[in-house]
Amino acid sequence: MEQDTITAISTPIGEGAIAIVRISGEESFAIANRIFPTKDLAKVDSHTIHYGSLVDPKTDEKVEEVMVSVMKAPRTFTREDIIEINCHGGMVSVNRVLQLILREGARLAEPGEFTKRAFLNGRIDLSQAEAVMDLIRSKTDKAMSQALNQMDGRLSNLIRSLRQQLIETVAHVEVNIDYPEYDDVEEMTHQMLVERGTAVKEEIQRLLLTAKQGKILREGIATAIIGKPNVGKSSLLNILAQENKAIVTDIPGTTRDVVEEYVNVRGVPLRLIDTAGIRETEDIVERIGVERSRKALQDADLILLVLNGNEPFTKEDAALFEAAKEHDIIAVINKTDLEQRIDLAEVRAVAGDVPIISTSLVEEKGIDQLETAIAETFFEGELDSGDLTYVSNVRHIQLLEQSEQALDEALQAVEDGMPLDLVQIDITRTWELLGEIIGDNVHESLIDQLFSQFCLGK
Amino acid sequence: MYDAGHYDVIVIGAGHAGVEAGLASARRGAKTLMLTLNLDLIAFMPCNPSLGGPAKGVVVREIDALGGAMAKVIDKTHIQMRLLNTSKGPAVRALRAQADKVLYQQEMKHVIENQENLTLRQGMVDRLLIEDNQVKGVVTETKACYYADQVIVTTGTFMRGKVLIGDIEYESGPNNQRPTIKLSKQLEELGIELVRFKTGTPPRVNSHTIDYSQTEIQPGDEEPRAFSYETTEFITDQIPCWLTYTGEVTHEIIMDNLSKSAMYSGAERGTGPRYCPSVEDKIVRFSDKPRHQIFLEPEGRNTEEVYVQGLSTSLPEDVQKKLLETIPGLEKAEMMRAGYAIEYDAVVPTQLWPTLELKTINGLFTAGQINGTSGYEEAAAQGVMAGINAAGKALNKESLILDRSQAYIGVLIDDLVTKGTDEPYRLLTSRAEYRLLLRHDNADLRLIDVAYEYGLISDERYERFTHKKQQIQDEIKRLEKIIIKPDEDIQKVIEEQNGTLLKEAVRATDLLRRPEMKYEHLKPFVSRETELPPEVEEQVEIHVKYEGYIKKSNQQVEKMRKMDNKYIPEHIDYDQISGIASEAREKLKQVRPLSVGQASRISGVNPSDISILLVYIEQGVRSKVSNE
Repeated sequence: MEQDTITAISTPIGEGAIAIVRISGEESFAIANRIFPTKDLAKVDSHTIHYGSLVDPKTDEKVEEVMVSVMKAPRTFTREDIIEINCHGGMVSVNRVLQLILREGARLAEPGEFTKRAFLNGRIDLSQAEAVMDLIRSKTDKAMSQALNQMDGRLSNLIRSLRQQLIETVAHVEVNIDYPEYDDVEEMTHQMLVERGTAVKEEIQRLLLTAKQGKILREGIATAIIGKPNVGKSSLLNILAQENKAIVTDIPGTTRDVVEEYVNVRGVPLRLIDTAGIRETEDIVERIGVERSRKALQDADLILLVLNGNEPFTKEDAALFEAAKEHDIIAVINKTDLEQRIDLAEVRAVAGDVPIISTSLVEEKGIDQLETAIAETFFEGELDSGDLTYVSNVRHIQLLEQSEQALDEALQAVEDGMPLDLVQIDITRTWELLGEIIGDNVHESLIDQLFSQFCLGK
Repeated sequence: MYDAGHYDVIVIGAGHAGVEAGLASARRGAKTLMLTLNLDLIAFMPCNPSLGGPAKGVVVREIDALGGAMAKVIDKTHIQMRLLNTSKGPAVRALRAQADKVLYQQEMKHVIENQENLTLRQGMVDRLLIEDNQVKGVVTETKACYYADQVIVTTGTFMRGKVLIGDIEYESGPNNQRPTIKLSKQLEELGIELVRFKTGTPPRVNSHTIDYSQTEIQPGDEEPRAFSYETTEFITDQIPCWLTYTGEVTHEIIMDNLSKSAMYSGAERGTGPRYCPSVEDKIVRFSDKPRHQIFLEPEGRNTEEVYVQGLSTSLPEDVQKKLLETIPGLEKAEMMRAGYAIEYDAVVPTQLWPTLELKTINGLFTAGQINGTSGYEEAAAQGVMAGINAAGKALNKESLILDRSQAYIGVLIDDLVTKGTDEPYRLLTSRAEYRLLLRHDNADLRLIDVAYEYGLISDERYERFTHKKQQIQDEIKRLEKIIIKPDEDIQKVIEEQNGTLLKEAVRATDLLRRPEMKYEHLKPFVSRETELPPEVEEQVEIHVKYEGYIKKSNQQVEKMRKMDNKYIPEHIDYDQISGIASEAREKLKQVRPLSVGQASRISGVNPSDISILLVYIEQGVRSKVSNE
């Protein structure tokens, strides 16, 4: 009876080296084939695993290196076709994979839904029915309380205001339909509808672009490691990368061989930029040190500014602080294993409230403190593993994207000259989708709106 | 008491719900008795003399497709008819008629008298005969005992009706008819939950005393219109309505006298409908509006009474007269009847199965305003369905439940029995999720197959219908195959419609899909031997033009049907299901939904509760299999 295709991350969120995204349902193979062009998964043997790349069909961009398990119905957990994508752990990569699948038409699974399907399709035996029901209940309760706690007040207020704009528009269309002779309200025109729809669409687009959390989850925090030559930038990069199993992605189309590396620090996804530059120049005599660092700064959200504790604080160091002052900075005083010649007071005077962490990268000391500082900078320490912020945000992003799409369809329908009562279908859909974000989707409220906005009757 | 006769089905009441219930029951073959207080007030319109409008007009056509009488009777007795929303999409167009309310009653009475299997009697029912939660018949105040295992109660606003005008109140049905007191008490004793609702009606004035020169004329359509698909004779001699407005002075008088209004005097009163507010409500809630519309609607051809639509009120009679004097055109109007509010008992409709039978009493059905709705059309729709189902039960035939994608009637009844209502319920197009499918032009296409299967329409009518259906399908197929080349003639037509000229040859259907193109524009280019009837052409055009949206709606319907076809076992014990949230459990126990789909529409029942319910049902199914 439920034939839509569902997906979810099936491994604990946060720190695992590998994450698995599972897809179940009739469309599983079709969706997988669209994003995994390496081979036709519908034609391979069941219960086999395949290496290849995930590609975003919109941009043809390579997203991830993955292993894909193919399990054909009915010999699967849910008795439906199942695809499991093994990708690198950490929020950035697994998030990208999940979003790609959602965009290709799967629905985010409800809590306990794989198990529910397993039971409904006869895979789990009767004696476990109670357990299945309890599982659904407990997962739902947990997800709901977390969704409530983690809903950012500003976001929910904004969504409410967008919904209000939409429902007023819909009520206006409705009053024209249900009370055609009511002359107190001007007839809604296509032009008015386009104006109102476009205004809401722009807000949704802005939200999609700027929602900080969302952006971080989609792209990772752009992080630059800067510092004078030979302070330990390369060591810091290597340590972060090794500790957190970096994924190296070639970005084509640039003239230099720039490499970005993703690392996951305490659940915070970092995108380390211009890492090639660091590696390249550390090994040879660096002539352009500070200049190069300045350039890397431009695109960064977070700056790891590395100082050499074995040397006095210099004007060059101060210049780096000055250059990075618009960004979040964490100062790293390295080489605590050597004699300390740096004047901490001098550093503090220049650094202001910037956190200062002392490390010995050679002895791998102070790394924990550094990672904590990174996590705190972005989540004020709230993000711990197993937290569902990530999932609910993916949901928000998906719903916002669907809302935008529904509005696009409404605006397209206007362009095609469709009557307003049909255009209205997609406007109402947008209103419903936005309602799902804040957990409010009661049809009756349209009728409430109708009668509070207009004075109708005999 | 005496034995007055045995029937399959008894209908109490002959208002709009009662007449359709009796007719439908008799049509289906059940020996049916209809009892009413007053044979001269059958299908009486105590409020506005009008039928149809958005959503409601579609319902009238749905009733017609199910073999009901409302459409045919209004087609014969209206004084004007209009097609509304013509500038909007096909999904929201609707007919509305002004009725000659006297002729309407007479015609309907005659239809009833001529219906086979149907007996009409005057009598006030005092009591239901009930044994072990099974209806056995009814007893009238004149001690007549009529026996039947199925009884449909359609007592409208009569149950403990109370009329309110200013500080005057008296027990009464609408229009000073006798209220039904004993039956209401008995229902309460039977454990049926009742709720107190109210509605109202405006004053009527004498047409001779209206200065029409100060009002705007509101004529009917010139093109002949009809509700019924069977109507072939059209009324051409129409009578106009007139439009005027309240003004600042009207509003001042209302505010000055607000405390004298029965509904504003502070006493606890029944809940009124928001969509049908009294003029007091309008002034209080929308104080910034400088004026409100007033439509003057003649009540018939052989009467001078005019209904003052927009002035529904429970203010004292003298204040009502003062109000009229402030309205342009009504300064000297003679008030023939005062407006009033009426309070009445209604049955909380979540106590009903979707067949409109009460869950707690076998064979007892309720239909119409007694179920908390308002409007003649909503009442008639329930009447048809209760009649079909009561007869079905009596004759051991299948019951009929229309779903939300089949008819507004389905939306209406599903809303009532699944969600209930906390105010008198009116249909609105916005209540329907699949509005595009529930058009007024396709009520027959949606329902006639069902009607035929249930024996509600004649073989001849069904044949005419199948022929029409075939014509529509054939013509769409034909148009898909016709290629139109960009020659001078077609370009000229396109230019006239301000369309973009053709660059290459296109299918006729593609051209028809353009918003500016109509079927009639294409006719010269897709010529056929015989002209198609206009209603067939209309269907072809709508199907081609809105195909994308129709497909989308149909996909959603498929999803809904899957859930609606997942039945919940009749004797399910919701207390046995551990994981369901407590609010959902209470609602489920009260509504006792027939399907998982219906359960999912109950407010307070969440998707996780539905998941758990599904697992529980599946568990039951499997343990049953393993026991066998």
